[in-house]
Amino acid sequence: MNEPIVDPILAVQPEPGFQTNAPLIPRDSVAGRALVVVIAIMTFLACLTAGAALLIADASQAWRSDVLRDATIQVKPQPSDDVESLVAKAVAIAAQAPEVESAHALSKAESEKLLEPWLGAGLDLSQLPVPRLILVRLRGQGAEDLATLRKALASAVPQADLDDHRVWAARLGTMADAVVILAAALFALMIVAMGTAIGFATRGAMAGNREIIEVLHLVGASDTFIAREFQAHFRRLGLHGAVIGGLAAIAFFALASLLSFWWAHSPGGEEIAAMFGSFALRSSGYLALGVVCAAVTLLTGLLSRTIVMRHLQTLQ
Amino acid sequence: MGPEVVGDLNFSVAPQSFQFLTGPSGAGKTTLMRLMLLSLRPTRGTIRVFGRDAAALSKDDLTTLRRRIGAVFQDFRLLDHLTTYENVALPLRAMGRQESAYRAEVVELLRWVGLGDRMNASPPVLSGGEKQRAAIARALIVRPELLLADEPTGNVDPGLARRLLRLFVELHRLGTAVVIATHDLQLMDQFGFARRLVVGNGKLTIFDGQPS
Repeated sequence: MNEPIVDPILAVQPEPGFQTNAPLIPRDSVAGRALVVVIAIMTFLACLTAGAALLIADASQAWRSDVLRDATIQVKPQPSDDVESLVAKAVAIAAQAPEVESAHALSKAESEKLLEPWLGAGLDLSQLPVPRLILVRLRGQGAEDLATLRKALASAVPQADLDDHRVWAARLGTMADAVVILAAALFALMIVAMGTAIGFATRGAMAGNREIIEVLHLVGASDTFIAREFQAHFRRLGLHGAVIGGLAAIAFFALASLLSFWWAHSPGGEEIAAMFGSFALRSSGYLALGVVCAAVTLLTGLLSRTIVMRHLQTLQ
Repeated sequence: MGPEVVGDLNFSVAPQSFQFLTGPSGAGKTTLMRLMLLSLRPTRGTIRVFGRDAAALSKDDLTTLRRRIGAVFQDFRLLDHLTTYENVALPLRAMGRQESAYRAEVVELLRWVGLGDRMNASPPVLSGGEKQRAAIARALIVRPELLLADEPTGNVDPGLARRLLRLFVELHRLGTAVVIATHDLQLMDQFGFARRLVVGNGKLTIFDGQPS
């Protein structure tokens, strides 16, 4: 039964441009185009969420590292104290500590200037006991134990109070972690929403292509073959949508990076940069967006295949 | 459940046999063809296809058996978004064969049925007769052991009808069992050697053909 019904040698090659292996599930349909749009939007939002989470995680890491590399000694003098000598003594003690890279005292004028945002400019603060600040830069990444320095300051300059910013850094860290967890949850919700949309689209495509499925069965196609065709169809749609959404997200972050570079040189730019980082995704961030797009494509194909296989198994 | 279309029929289709299934419209010819094609399950009774009880077939078995059957449907059942070539090649593609391995075979068969210049056309632009021939070519391309053809010459002129019938006869000589549902008496008379299965009032009467 394997003998060909006609002699293949007699056959002549068809003319060029001859269509020979078109997808068995029609590529262009209203439902297919709508799914591409949905996937593109979802991918864009998922990439934005993932990118934002990465930016916040990076910025949080930078904040913590900066904050923990600095410590502050606050000298609160009594009316009878010689402030300058107390400050000089505290600076000397701090500078001698092995974990300290440098210690620098703010002048009286600099300390008073720090109060301007609250008290206004042009006030005579000479009668007020304005505390004096000593900025201490630590060696390493701020993991040092400052107990020895604290003890030395307490015994030599009891008016001095060392703040290593750990409480503040911990709060910042908690806040940033909460934002990253929220972003991850949003990302997961978007993936679930996208999966649901793909599920509906697959069921719709199966209903719309029932005739094709029936013909395929009648000509001897297995369920696996049919599911593979649907998988390829939806993987194509998924890839199409993911590429559009992913490219839009990459363009968004590239533009944001350019704008933040421009803002950094404008008034207030430093504050924005300090709060949100530079808005610039690292190359690993862009790679992560690529991974999101690839995952969306794979998810679309696999999910539709699973749904199709389940549906076909119920058919008689 | 509605009334029975056909009931209490006993017949077999022998390997390498040739028969017409005939009877008035609505007598149940198409239903019988669908039962033999395993696309319908009987509400009662037993159907054995290639020695296997149809009721006990798994999905994989069903796929394997269908690959041994070629079917020509009354409504052609061509896929509109594929070309004529792709429609005819569909059974081979569904078997997982590479396009380059079957191209020559499909092209030659299409030329044989007179569709050599319509290979790249899609079914919506084909005439009824062209669709008919494409549907026949699709059924023949796998060299089936059993060919079921439902009114395969209903949309073609008498000359082409005879030519297509000769193709079925040739296939039968090569070892295929052929069942052709038709109510074209003239056509059946031209192939007097064929057995006739006549369905009417839900019953079946068999007339053996005359030796050729």
